[in-house]
Amino acid sequence: MDLKIASGTANAEERQAVDSLLGQPSETSQGAQRDESGLRVSRGGGELRKLRHLLLPTLHSVNDRVGFISRGAINYISQRLDIAPAEIYGVATFYALFDTNERPARQVHVCIDLACRAASGCTEETLPEGAIPSPCLGTCERAPSVLVIETGVTVRQEVLAPATKTQIAELIAGKSAPTEQPIAQAAPQTPDKSLVLLSRIGIVDPLSIVDYESKDGYKALRKAFAIGAENVIAEVTASGLVGRGGAAFSTGRKWAAVASQPVKTRYLICNADESEPGTFKDRVLMEGDPFAMIESMTIAAFATGCQHGYIYLRGEYPRALGNLTNAVEVARNKKYLGNNILDTDFNFDITIFRGAGAYICGEETAIFNSIEGYRGEPRNKPPFPVEVGLFGKPTVVNNVETLFNVLPIINDSGEKYASWGSTGSKGKKLFCVSGAVNKPGVYEVNFGATLRELIDLADGLKPGSQIQAVLLGGAAGGFVGPEDLDLELTLEAARAAGTTLGSGVVMVLDQSVNMLDQLQRIAAFFRDESCGQCVPCRVGTVRQQEALARLVKSSGINNAAIDLQLLRDLGQVMRDASICGLGQTAHNAIDSALTRLKVFSA
Amino acid sequence: MSTQVTTGLQVRKSVELTIDGKKVTAPEGSTLLDACRASGKEIPTLCYGDTITPKNACRVCMVELEGSRTLVPSCSRKVEAGMVVKTDSERTTHSRKLVLELLGSSVDLSLTKNVAKWNQSYDAKPSRFGAPSYHHDNRDDAVTGHHHPPDGQTAETVHQPVKIDNALYIRDYSKCILCYQCVDACGEQWQNTFAITTAGRGFDTRISTEFAVDLTDSACVYCGNCIQVCPTGALMFTSEYDMRQAGTWNEPEQTQTDTICPYCGVGCALTLHVQDNTIVKVTSPSDHSVTHGNLCIKGRFGFQHVQNTKPE
Repeated sequence: MDLKIASGTANAEERQAVDSLLGQPSETSQGAQRDESGLRVSRGGGELRKLRHLLLPTLHSVNDRVGFISRGAINYISQRLDIAPAEIYGVATFYALFDTNERPARQVHVCIDLACRAASGCTEETLPEGAIPSPCLGTCERAPSVLVIETGVTVRQEVLAPATKTQIAELIAGKSAPTEQPIAQAAPQTPDKSLVLLSRIGIVDPLSIVDYESKDGYKALRKAFAIGAENVIAEVTASGLVGRGGAAFSTGRKWAAVASQPVKTRYLICNADESEPGTFKDRVLMEGDPFAMIESMTIAAFATGCQHGYIYLRGEYPRALGNLTNAVEVARNKKYLGNNILDTDFNFDITIFRGAGAYICGEETAIFNSIEGYRGEPRNKPPFPVEVGLFGKPTVVNNVETLFNVLPIINDSGEKYASWGSTGSKGKKLFCVSGAVNKPGVYEVNFGATLRELIDLADGLKPGSQIQAVLLGGAAGGFVGPEDLDLELTLEAARAAGTTLGSGVVMVLDQSVNMLDQLQRIAAFFRDESCGQCVPCRVGTVRQQEALARLVKSSGINNAAIDLQLLRDLGQVMRDASICGLGQTAHNAIDSALTRLKVFSA
Repeated sequence: MSTQVTTGLQVRKSVELTIDGKKVTAPEGSTLLDACRASGKEIPTLCYGDTITPKNACRVCMVELEGSRTLVPSCSRKVEAGMVVKTDSERTTHSRKLVLELLGSSVDLSLTKNVAKWNQSYDAKPSRFGAPSYHHDNRDDAVTGHHHPPDGQTAETVHQPVKIDNALYIRDYSKCILCYQCVDACGEQWQNTFAITTAGRGFDTRISTEFAVDLTDSACVYCGNCIQVCPTGALMFTSEYDMRQAGTWNEPEQTQTDTICPYCGVGCALTLHVQDNTIVKVTSPSDHSVTHGNLCIKGRFGFQHVQNTKPE
């Protein structure tokens, strides 16, 4: 391929931002100073193209520095990585946190999603001037929330939640946000050592590995090394642990499948792209106990024979990024990462990979494309990631909460872990309780607790609140009504009741919430977040939103019965024929509102 | 049970599967679409092209596979022994109908082959989503993750003005179904030029050069291989476009003549489309073993000299 670079030159800041990641260019063809030999020879095409996984980090670097991705910046990155400018443009325009038009250095992202609008936060219409509307920012326990990104030599990111409209206006005007609340505040059960997944939240210093070690840190890894990889997988299988990201696939089976692959280069990805509206459990774990994440990833990699791990962290989690970055560095310095971990012959290291504003990148195959420097579009399955995953190699993809479960399983035993929970759902589960309860936050319970018990755990409903509906599992989940409070929160009971636990969202909506507004937001969310690859999802999410708008306005071309039929038709084609889980679940919550809550029945 | 069949010089294993209740055999490595078509089933395809790796983006060729929660794209799913496939179930019919309606309501399919026929056989009514909306901001300026709320009346479309920025071909993205074939033909699968990409996300996804610059400022080398693979007429010779605008395009009257490109020694096959003794466009047979339908700028567009037109 011959690069054709059109007009537009990177300025000094943009070059510095790129060079800070890629080093100084050595070739004229890559933008180095012209000299006699450089005009005649160009080295490195094939070698450069192996660096394509640095594309997204490089775009981040430029965006962090100047706030947007200019033509000049794309041209320079094109030369440095030997990727055509058009392709870089295609990648840059895929992500909502990037902009290819010039914009101010200070960007105020105001959440307009489900929990925040239920808490009288902003909507598209009431957004103050200068604010950028944002999908769920994952701080629903403190809704409504705002994320400020101020780009510059050192990028500053601040979260303010709850944020009043006056405070948002002040943030837009340039005022700094006050210091964020303590992490543990998001987990009202803490500090409590008897908790299993949250045992260290609010107790351990998240920045200190010494403190982590003194609180059972790295005990599980030592035991894993002692019992060997096969026994680790056996314990995890015996525990009955299934994925906590929403799909509930057996973790033991996934690990065993990767461990048995003939290909020896393998990757581990921790899916920390927590973007399901209403979900914030992974954020609390990563912020409050980051070393536990490093340790559990190391165990997973040891069990499955992975040499390298990625944490794919959503771009809107600044405190988690800071704490994890520190944890990886400190763990590396202490030889818990790198070669010969704990003097064994096991080598493993971790790269933190920042997402850039794309819900779809939480889909496991979209993560691969995103890391590899392509648009975050899901891949077709089969082949499955355990065989052909990141860079075409066998890959384990586990959610953050799933990995945290590995520590108690190894420290005690799979059998002990399986003794918690129900027959069909083993172990502990984190729920993200938000909305009209007195103490919203992350709660750890055994599978099998009822919805009512969970709400009681969150100190009950707010004074004067009556439940109108509860959203389980987020935008991809479904609503249940006040008559469903005795629902046991297990995978099998949820399935039997025609709903889902998904990622553990329990959003309690009281009588003050406009359900039609919530439904329209869900439809808008899926429309915005669809990657655009397949027709059922790309066009179906738009038609779903339009039909809903007609129903809400009752002013459309059709009568309600026709639009309700349209919605059902759209739901079926999206569920049956979309490439990935996004399109397949984009109708679920709306369907539940129609059938269970009967929102449009007179 | 696998048996061996001889196809030409290759010996390929064959697998046995069931399609609509009938046992059939298909060569290992072939797709469900191949197997279905070989056994006489008609399955519509839109984004599928015979020279490009299937992207399975349009989802019109979905079939029902026993044991699979969702339908599967027949164009890219490989046959496996023991598969039980239904091509004509309630679910597949519903999916095809809806895909035709979704595309038909958002994209101008007037030049897409077979669509009228399929709309009829699947009872697809694209108009049931409302009157198409043609009033948009420039789709090239769409902001990722943001959209205008629906007006409660019209159905949004991908309508936008035709892009005419060079003398050889036009781009009418109102007709684009996003099959990705032009991007793949321009990029890694054939031309290795990478002048165009899919930009944006969701419904705002569009085929674009970097920053939507004119083709003349892009990396385009005018091989026209994107036109060759375009299934919807979104990419078109300027000669064809002008004649269609003038109402003089008359396809039934055209003849097609195969010849060999005279420019160099590769020997690419050309198909000259001639109307009124004038070459109106050039294609290349996609099953040709040398070029698979690909040409360069000279073979594709360099035919003016044979028409001996005098400069005005």
